[in-house]
Amino acid sequence: MVRGFGWAAAFPDEVWEHVFSFLAADADRNAVALVCRAWHRIERRSRRRVFVGNCYAVAPAAAVRRFPEVRAAAIKGKPHFADFNLVPTDWGGGAEAWVEAMAEGWPHLEELRLKRMVVSDDCLELIARSFKNFGVLSLVSCDGFSTAGLAAIAANCRNLRELDLHENEVEDNCLNWISHFPESFTSLVSLNIACLEGDVNTSVLECLISRCPNLKTLRLNHAMPLEKLVSLLQRAPQLVDVGTSKFSADHHPELFSKLESTFAGFKHLKSLSGIWEAGPTYLPAIYSVCESLTSLNLCYATIQSPELLKFVSRCKNLQRLWVMDLIEDNGLIAVAASCKLLQELRVFPSDPYGVAPPISLTEHGLVAISAGCLMLHSVLYFCRQMTNAALLTIANNRPNLTCFRLCIIEPHTPDYISQEPLDAGFSAIVESCKDLRRLSLSGLLTDRVFKSIGASANRLEMLSVAFAGDSDAGLHYILSGCKNLRKLEIRDCPFGDKALLDNASKLETMRSLWMSSCSVTLGACRQLALKMPRLNVEVIDERRGRPLESWPDDFPVEKLYIYRTVAGPRSDTPPCVWTV
Amino acid sequence: SPLQQTQSYSSSQQLRTGPVEFPARLREMEDVKGSDGLGDTELRLGLPGTSTATRSAKRALPEGDEESHDELRRTSAAKAQVVGWPPIRSYRKNSFPGRKVEAEAAAGLYVKVSMDGAPYLRKIDLGVYKGYKELREGLDNMFKCFSLAELSRREGGSGSEYAITYEDKDGDLMLVGDVPWEMFISSCKRLRIMKGSEARGLNSRH
Repeated sequence: MVRGFGWAAAFPDEVWEHVFSFLAADADRNAVALVCRAWHRIERRSRRRVFVGNCYAVAPAAAVRRFPEVRAAAIKGKPHFADFNLVPTDWGGGAEAWVEAMAEGWPHLEELRLKRMVVSDDCLELIARSFKNFGVLSLVSCDGFSTAGLAAIAANCRNLRELDLHENEVEDNCLNWISHFPESFTSLVSLNIACLEGDVNTSVLECLISRCPNLKTLRLNHAMPLEKLVSLLQRAPQLVDVGTSKFSADHHPELFSKLESTFAGFKHLKSLSGIWEAGPTYLPAIYSVCESLTSLNLCYATIQSPELLKFVSRCKNLQRLWVMDLIEDNGLIAVAASCKLLQELRVFPSDPYGVAPPISLTEHGLVAISAGCLMLHSVLYFCRQMTNAALLTIANNRPNLTCFRLCIIEPHTPDYISQEPLDAGFSAIVESCKDLRRLSLSGLLTDRVFKSIGASANRLEMLSVAFAGDSDAGLHYILSGCKNLRKLEIRDCPFGDKALLDNASKLETMRSLWMSSCSVTLGACRQLALKMPRLNVEVIDERRGRPLESWPDDFPVEKLYIYRTVAGPRSDTPPCVWTV
Repeated sequence: SPLQQTQSYSSSQQLRTGPVEFPARLREMEDVKGSDGLGDTELRLGLPGTSTATRSAKRALPEGDEESHDELRRTSAAKAQVVGWPPIRSYRKNSFPGRKVEAEAAAGLYVKVSMDGAPYLRKIDLGVYKGYKELREGLDNMFKCFSLAELSRREGGSGSEYAITYEDKDGDLMLVGDVPWEMFISSCKRLRIMKGSEARGLNSRH
């Protein structure tokens, strides 16, 4: 046995740094840092990329201090259920604290990726001023900023390569923000403005595109008319990833042929998205790119099945398909026959509140895909009916699934043929798919399914549960099993205090737990917080105004968010959030 | 093991769409949320005076079209009460075809009408007609000068051999009159009055 790790000093630090540079995964670098003090020191000085899955898990200053040479940072804020309006808008996730610390400690920062955070225009201005070599800004599902902030980025980031705005809520108060890119600016590689509501000056954009020869990704927003889109795209035949604007207009033969020739000019196009409100009129104009596409996002295209089918079945090399349920079972059967390389499928509901006549998209479509697409590993599927038999078949067909998110739209829906709960079906999924990392449940489910999940889902990292289970046993099965569970989000389930307290220490092995409309009492939260000092137990309640201290132990907690942290309770909680 | 019970599930099996259940969920959700004392004000399904249906029961069908329409509306409104379900992003809710139809209805359902042989087209507002009978009368009036009946007589057919067809949302040519009026006006994009000889291909009751 080697004594004392003296061998670490046998090589100069630079050698170890070079060795560590081959470790891409954070988990590996973290492991290296625990070996000895020397390696801890060398590793922390050479780490270039940092991922912070929960912005409140560590204090920004501490992160910046520990890794002084970071060039790329990714930070996430609000819990996932914020996407569905379950988290109060003022809950937190503000980016200022992080941006200020980074401006101070990481002047050489080149890449910043923020998800579900509140980013102000001041933040964007600070980013624009502080990092001389700033190259990549990615904002996903963020809010709090406007196009004025974007103007600051455009004006000051001389070496910007990527501006990726994905599904943000952006206030439009600076109509000409694009014109803030200086004439000398030519470094753009990727521009995604799909989420912007307002009009963008097309001629300015055209100039920008013309002077950026390395542009590979261009995703435009809904507002641009089709003729303008065509003249824009004509300037960049080298594009690999295109997101169109609105894809409908009255039929004009010249526009049709211009669109056709523009798309025929794309020799390298791999990814297509946008296509808002596409009608049958213009879609055939772009058939020429189908064969080369590996990624197709039609989830805003409200075209009906026959046209949709015609388009998608030409895309023989598709690896990722996002589409509306308007594709129907017949469409998916065609996809299963044509798209043999499909890896990821997402089917979104066109009519989630059920006011229109029902669409013929059922479990049959998904079963067909699972049978025909051997490389399928990721599924998100909204439908209105399911059977255990179908789930069994899917599990049997596709043991290579890594992500399975099924949303049966009506809560508590049983197997529509047998009227049984869907326990057997989901159990089959977790038992067969040994590499399953993400699972979302729906339909009528008892505690039995949780027993299977706890026992079999050894690689599961994220679990979403809604309107399921009979008792605390359900939650207990999950928390006492699922070795690799990181994120658990639960709503409207009869899970309560006992399971939570019995598995308190499990919570420190996870990133976070969200529970809303369950049966947890304030007393249990108090006990938990006492027992686990390195957890923040946040009780969220928008109804009452009285302070937490005055409520009794048996008070039912409306929403609960628990996460591990080394930063202690946060100082920016709004009135509706109490850290117990 | 469950895997051994797998049934063969070839894609050639006939598509079956099962009944879409509307069980009464609200009561259960209210209980789960805790004692708020809001039970008296919650929306319920089923006839007044009856207790809420059990988990797997179909919804009670009240008599009369009006009541079931009301109930459907209440069901939809009740569904919308569940915050954050189904789990879709909020901006996605604004891009549904249903919403678009409503907007069009407010503005007037103007469609172009062409008639074979007529030198120019007309435009009519489908919203002003109550049904197919009124539509035919309206078109008859509008194209009187070209004389629908005379046109077909000149072609050698009997007086009423013309067909009113329409182009629907998918771009297909359909015979007017097959579907319920409401469905027709929401899917009709333009009208075309065809010569009887051309219309023979389309199956018709008229």
